[in-house]
Amino acid sequence: MSTEATTVHGHGPAPGIMRWITTTNHKDIGTLYLTFSFIMLFVGGAMAMVIRSELAQPGLQIVNPDFFNQMMTLHGLVMIFGVLMPALVGFANWLVPMQVGAPDMALPRLNNWSFWLLVAGMSMLLSTLLMPGGAMEMGWTMYAPQSLQTPFSFAFSIFSIHLMGISSILGSINIIATILNLRAPGMKLLKMPLFCWSWFVTAFLLIVIMPVLAGGVTMLLFDRFFGTSFFDAAGGGSPVLFQHVFWFFGHPEVYVMILPAFGIISEIIPTFSRKPIFGYTAMVYALACISFISFAVWAHHMFTSGMPTAANLFFMYASMLIAVPTGIKIFNWIATMWRGSLTFETPMLFATGFIVTFTIGGFTGVMMALVPADFQYHNSYFIVAHFHYVLAGGTLMALFGGIYYWLPKWTGHMYLERLGKTHFWLTIISLNVLFFPQHFLGLAGMPRRVPDYALQFTDFNLISSIGAFVFGASQLLFLYNVVRTVHRGKQATDRVWEGAHGLEWTVPSPAPYHTFQEAPDVK
Amino acid sequence: MTRKLAVLPILCAALFAAPAAWADLQFNMPRGVTPISHQIYDLHMFAFWMMVGLGVVVYGGLMWTVIFHRRSRRKKASQFHENAKVEIVWTTLPFLILVALAIPASIVLVNTQNFHNSDLKVQVTGYQWLWQYEYLDKKAEPVYGFYSRLSLASLKRMSIDPPKSPWTDPHYLWDVNHPMIVPVHKKVLLLITSGDVIHSFWVTEFGGQVDAIPGRITQWWINVQKPGIYRGVCNQICGGGHAYMPVVVVAVPQDAFYRWLAASRAGRTSGPPTMAQAKALMHGNVPLALNGASSSEKRLASEVKS
Amino acid sequence: MSSHTGAQRYFIPHNSPWSFAITVGFFALLFGTAMLLSGMEKSGLAILCAGAVVMIVCMVGWWRLVIHESESRTYRALEDSSFRWGMVFFIFSEVCFFGAFFGALFYSRLFVLPFLSGASNNLFTEVLLWPGFVAQWPSNGPGNLGGTFEGMTPGGIAAMNTALLFISAVTVTIAHWGLKNGHRNIVKVFLALTFFLGFTFVVSQAHEYIHAYQQLGLTLGSGIYGTTFFVLTGFHGTHVTIGAIALLVIWVRVMRGHFDEHHHFGFEAIAWYWHFVDVVWLGLYLFVYWL
Ligand SMILES: [Cu+2]
Repeated sequence: MSTEATTVHGHGPAPGIMRWITTTNHKDIGTLYLTFSFIMLFVGGAMAMVIRSELAQPGLQIVNPDFFNQMMTLHGLVMIFGVLMPALVGFANWLVPMQVGAPDMALPRLNNWSFWLLVAGMSMLLSTLLMPGGAMEMGWTMYAPQSLQTPFSFAFSIFSIHLMGISSILGSINIIATILNLRAPGMKLLKMPLFCWSWFVTAFLLIVIMPVLAGGVTMLLFDRFFGTSFFDAAGGGSPVLFQHVFWFFGHPEVYVMILPAFGIISEIIPTFSRKPIFGYTAMVYALACISFISFAVWAHHMFTSGMPTAANLFFMYASMLIAVPTGIKIFNWIATMWRGSLTFETPMLFATGFIVTFTIGGFTGVMMALVPADFQYHNSYFIVAHFHYVLAGGTLMALFGGIYYWLPKWTGHMYLERLGKTHFWLTIISLNVLFFPQHFLGLAGMPRRVPDYALQFTDFNLISSIGAFVFGASQLLFLYNVVRTVHRGKQATDRVWEGAHGLEWTVPSPAPYHTFQEAPDVK
Repeated sequence: MTRKLAVLPILCAALFAAPAAWADLQFNMPRGVTPISHQIYDLHMFAFWMMVGLGVVVYGGLMWTVIFHRRSRRKKASQFHENAKVEIVWTTLPFLILVALAIPASIVLVNTQNFHNSDLKVQVTGYQWLWQYEYLDKKAEPVYGFYSRLSLASLKRMSIDPPKSPWTDPHYLWDVNHPMIVPVHKKVLLLITSGDVIHSFWVTEFGGQVDAIPGRITQWWINVQKPGIYRGVCNQICGGGHAYMPVVVVAVPQDAFYRWLAASRAGRTSGPPTMAQAKALMHGNVPLALNGASSSEKRLASEVKS
Repeated sequence: MSSHTGAQRYFIPHNSPWSFAITVGFFALLFGTAMLLSGMEKSGLAILCAGAVVMIVCMVGWWRLVIHESESRTYRALEDSSFRWGMVFFIFSEVCFFGAFFGALFYSRLFVLPFLSGASNNLFTEVLLWPGFVAQWPSNGPGNLGGTFEGMTPGGIAAMNTALLFISAVTVTIAHWGLKNGHRNIVKVFLALTFFLGFTFVVSQAHEYIHAYQQLGLTLGSGIYGTTFFVLTGFHGTHVTIGAIALLVIWVRVMRGHFDEHHHFGFEAIAWYWHFVDVVWLGLYLFVYWL
């Protein structure tokens, strides 16, 4: 029925490469985002391998410090703007219209434009690596005044941020318009799947913060080329201003990367527990609460910048407060599993692994909210461990789980279950080997963003590097499994998972090119 | 297969039969040598054990359900999905834990910011990629200062073409030509700034770090409890040499410190202190050249005490 | 599944080549600008211009298509509502963009300058680095960057510009009222009037800049005051310019008989945008010129 419908309408995909360039179909664009993100995962991963190779031993073996800094900067920017965000947007494109019963995204041409702007921005960013003097050496935070010292590639880096920012804003507008306007009749807001809720909230965050980042990097551009004094104390400005602007963007940004991951986990766990999600309403309010508080905590990234005590106290309390709604989410997931009938297919393994590793990141996060303790943790490997537990142990694990969960729906084929499980165990073990020792390094006094270190840090760095290589290699299994599933594999049923509920499981597998052109019945 | 398995015991043996190697590894934050570092260490450990306690609850619950609520044990899933009581409990309980953490954290924070009544002020300026230390008098005028950069021994081994082994220098990247010298049991106010980009002055044994920001002075106070050599790093990415601007502070007995400072002000030293000279001072061995201070030098020395 | 009822639920355009092409143009525009800024003037300018041409061609092409679809009543209530949400959140994102610069202004005035003159925990900032510096506004910082200058006053050109924008907000509302009630002549006149008011605003703003540079000694390099003044008013002026061009386009469409009483999202979008630049100006007048 599905294939018939597609051909009869004459609204099938355009032939050849033009299908992908000109497509306005949310599933095609979702695929583009996910493919792009997958490629970037290996680009950013290769940079991480350079970093960990250099750090396996003290002394300089492989790259010089300047190139190391460029790798470190681009690794951060590529992983954030090229991997995690596009992957989550890819999920949104595939799933939001199907989950709310919409025929497509609300603004399909804009959807296509958002994707290509992202590709343009990322291309410009990566091209800076080939320019005289190389890319930025600043880390993804681009703190003034050092970022102003970037040689030739400075303006290109700034414009690449602008491009990626516009892409995110337009993508978010589209998601909000879809959710507000195209829900099927009967799909009340408080009936929406939690994944849609998580993206709804995230899109709001993005629309607020991305323009602020654009403003911040524009100030850098002006200070560098037009003689302004935003960040120059002699003219009455301050380098700390950049940190405020950046982290006003940067802190909600980390929630942009984790909230949709929460959404994915909230879909997977009920399915394999064969139970409805525990405390749906509380989960929605927790999402809203987290995003609301996330606008009032940015300066916890700046506790060592000499802020007055009152400011430090305020941002400490606000940051600690975020732990409450986050805790609610973790408790609710466990309560969803409680007295269920659990099976551990690969998506559920990743979801369970997510709870384990993300919670470690949450614990260190609470510790870092304590200002005096942060005087020690700040900018050390302790924080490197913390945010990798959150982003790799959190978002990336959720993404893997989500891919295994929905891939049968998208491709119509089952992935290789045993290979998926192997991928999970290799990933979670190597992830902990990779990042757990970094806690010790940071506490012992190893700074982040260094190509070289004093001798007493050697052992843990070596262990960490070994973990990194295994972690990197494990992802090749994932690559193989996904590519194979796209082409062949056991035919998937429509429902795919016996415990799965939601509109996307009512359409055939693979999902037809157009779904819900007629509004579905929502009970 | 058997060969693979044979590797395992060897690995385990290598890991556990080498207690000496494990003893060298530092897993935790050092407790440090200043009142502030002690308080911060205690706060850190308090937070750590709180998190361990929470972890036992969270992971315990997770393990329980993973083990006992599998389909092999429970064919039919319960369908409950709400329980106002437990939701209130797990909203309130974490909140109380946070309050318990926030109270000591606030107290320690206020203590770290108590910059009054210092005995000595030192201006610390970061540059790409070295530090400058200037001793100030009561009117905050610099009376003596010098630059401190990575030791020659480290510099010589810091090469990629050809790569060189750092292992022949036990203090690779952890040593400077001229360490900063401070007296023990004196409240020393560090006034930190930068001459170019943002750096960060971090000595773990002193309890933390403060950013060095161009155009601004940030502050940190120390009161070192015992003579010793305390090492740190620049902790804010500041360009290609970011890894190569360590901090070394040598805490010396008060008497030795003031005689060294007075002699240095009067130009009777051979220049800024070397590591060897600093170590001698630390042991209370004041070189002859620094002795026999004239009365004017004594006055100079007393000027920096406030 | 009946294809016809399905196709009628929501209009989904197929195969949009413009979005990709416009991205190519935009990329070239930014890449060329970056080259220009980084010292490759000639080739940078060439790439910049090529990109701008591609962008303009694509914009015209894309909008012609959309206008055609709109005038052939392809869009109905549901599509219209999507556009409205889209525009609302686009304007909201613009508000946040200006928020960053207003934030920079407030932070610099309320915190940075006092800190540089020794306030709060910054006693030694003043003592050691900027002895004798006293925070005041306007300020070009303790380094007296750009030399002495005079600040802006709320009278003169600024007051006139405020009046211009306020009147233009009224005229665009009258035009909107006319459109909704079918008085097309009123629309034509008052829309044209709105455009001319906006145009005059931009011209007098340019005049004010020349005055600042030549008579007041106030430049982009005049420390934090010059920085915030020119960047804030400059971005606002850019938005007024864009809005005025959009008004012109809408005016041409009205002259050609586009829009009717119920079907005029394009008009309303620009009207909203115009009110947005108005409100931003209010903030500017208050915090940049007056206080
Ligand atoms: Cu530095």
